[in-house]
Amino acid sequence: MSETTTFKVPLMADLAAEGKNPEVLFWVGCAGSFDDRYKKVTVAFVKILNKVGIDFAVLGTEEACTGDPAKRAGNEFLFQMQAVQNIELMNGYGIKKIVTACPHCFNTIKNEYPQLGGEYEVIHHSTFLQQLINDGKVKMKESGDFKGKKITYHDSCYLGRANDIYEAPRDVLKMLDADLVEMKNCRTKGLCCGAGGAQMFKDAEKGKKEVSQERMEQAIEVKADIVSVACPFCMVMMTDGTKQTGKEKEIKVYDLAELVAQAEGLN
Amino acid sequence: MSFLPQLIFLIALGITGYLVSRRVSRISQNILLGKPLARKDKPVKRLQTMALIAMGQKKMFTRPLAGLMHFVIYAGFVLINIEVLEIVIDGIAGTHRIFAYVLPSSFYAFLISFFEFLAVGVMLSCVLFLIRRNVMKLPRFWKPEMKGWPALDANLILIIEIVLMVFILTMNAADQVLQTRDFADNHYTQTGVFAFSQLLVPMLSSIESNSTLVFIERFGWWAHILGIFAFAFYVTYSKHLHIALAFPNTYFSNLEPKGKFENMPSVTKEVKIAMGLIEDDGVVDEVGKFGAKDVNDLAWKNLMDAYACTECGRCTSQCPANITGKKLSPRKVMMDTRDRLEEVGQYIQSGKSKEEAFEMGSALYSDEYVSREELMACTTCNACVDACPINIDPLSIIMQMRQYIAMEEADAPQSWNMVFSNIENNLAPWQFSPSDRANWIQDVEK
Repeated sequence: MSETTTFKVPLMADLAAEGKNPEVLFWVGCAGSFDDRYKKVTVAFVKILNKVGIDFAVLGTEEACTGDPAKRAGNEFLFQMQAVQNIELMNGYGIKKIVTACPHCFNTIKNEYPQLGGEYEVIHHSTFLQQLINDGKVKMKESGDFKGKKITYHDSCYLGRANDIYEAPRDVLKMLDADLVEMKNCRTKGLCCGAGGAQMFKDAEKGKKEVSQERMEQAIEVKADIVSVACPFCMVMMTDGTKQTGKEKEIKVYDLAELVAQAEGLN
Repeated sequence: MSFLPQLIFLIALGITGYLVSRRVSRISQNILLGKPLARKDKPVKRLQTMALIAMGQKKMFTRPLAGLMHFVIYAGFVLINIEVLEIVIDGIAGTHRIFAYVLPSSFYAFLISFFEFLAVGVMLSCVLFLIRRNVMKLPRFWKPEMKGWPALDANLILIIEIVLMVFILTMNAADQVLQTRDFADNHYTQTGVFAFSQLLVPMLSSIESNSTLVFIERFGWWAHILGIFAFAFYVTYSKHLHIALAFPNTYFSNLEPKGKFENMPSVTKEVKIAMGLIEDDGVVDEVGKFGAKDVNDLAWKNLMDAYACTECGRCTSQCPANITGKKLSPRKVMMDTRDRLEEVGQYIQSGKSKEEAFEMGSALYSDEYVSREELMACTTCNACVDACPINIDPLSIIMQMRQYIAMEEADAPQSWNMVFSNIENNLAPWQFSPSDRANWIQDVEK
């Protein structure tokens, strides 16, 4: 590492004890906390927050599932139990602004928590990164590692169609000095990775193939070297897709935050 | 002059009016079997949505060629109604081409020529649509749910529209020939030349008998207007009902972000009591059931969606589950909802009470209509919702039935039950210890 930044991850409970209230809460999410692959994204994002000097904190072990998978699986009762507990916790800390790297957490907290008493400004990390770039706080290295590489962006349903966020992730990728290519299905027509609606947690119904394979075939069609995602479930499914199509050596799957961190020399 | 044609016309108009209005009131009664849902806020935004999506057909143009052809038929349908108005006035008053007397003659010829231009456009588009369906066999028109009546319905609509246009052009061509003939009581007013039907004039000019020509002209006139009357009634039983319901259906669109699923208020109270956040006031709310088993558990907008659906299948062609060969088809969910609602509606018409009617036949959630396998395949990705040219929301229906399965039947798939217990016990969908949740921090500080 070229710079001698020491990375810190302040806990909300510690800051509150000191009477401090950070500018933004980083909602890590279950995948970002437990999934080995997505933990790398969490780490990359936290390093970016550190480098830019964002006043943030995490809930640590106090964080709990937003309830999204329960709600999408039809268990409204369990969803609301989770939601109300999380809201009680966050309101107790006086949290105003939340950033998260998970579109499912993002959607749930942004759209479904307010009615239950949890009103926050909620930002997905793609938008957050785009703002940092726009403000000149993150500057990409020129002729970086991505020069000449073909990157395609896989739209997460819960960012795109669910919340009309199509351009922020693409704007971030445009900074990478790479060749951004679009798959046959993109933006409003983006093809799901197959994991939404709690499908992540069960086997698919009987069919011709896995959705992840269908999607990866679209990435292969446009000869992508890197499939960029902005969602932990998409990350799992697209990685599966590279295996299902026998392209795990040729095609790599990265989250936006990892690509930015890499371009910043933070890994 | 005999009043018989006017009498026949008025009787036909009256019968059509009666049959159509009776059907309309039954359809609205059926829609109102659904649960209440507030969709009357933001009228300006709603009007804008309707103007853009229904009138402007914005979403149709995501497939430009089909969008253009559809627009031609739509414009033809709307504008040719001005000619239909003339026909209705003539029919009631016993006049002939009344607008030719009212309007300057050159303008009348222009107007009719313009309608003929639209009529030819409609015919061409309908022919191309028939080819797409039956010769090119676009996959979305050949899914399992399209077998039988739905396929026939689609073809009938296109064929009827072509035939109706043929009648207009025949009538106009015969009229032009008759204008040049000299016979007693010739009431065929000079109108000038009509742009497209004049091409048929040479063919009809060879007919010497004036009475044969009058017969052809009258036949075209009657067949056109009676055809329209019959079609108006047919439409109320057909997927073609979208020509009317597209407008209210887009007006009452969901204006919230598509990712926002409604929170059940009855559950909120239970949860807050359970967590000690509010006192139990002892008032037992009329909870009913959680989620939807049958059409009366759905909201009225879900039911209007079902009647508005024209089975184009754009939803199904975008559905990741359907694309990869799963049984789920969002279009089928809409068709099943409509079929079940019609079935229940018929029981009610036959004198059954609502309670009895919903006990008869199979509920919407059943192997007869929407099966468990179909519901479980949904990724809630909203592709179907986005694809619908008139903002129908199949996902809302799917989700309500999933809620019924999970909460009323407690019959979610085993792996989902594991997720539920993990979330309850470990605060994450996986079986990790909650105390390990922040272990990743060590990776940062490494």
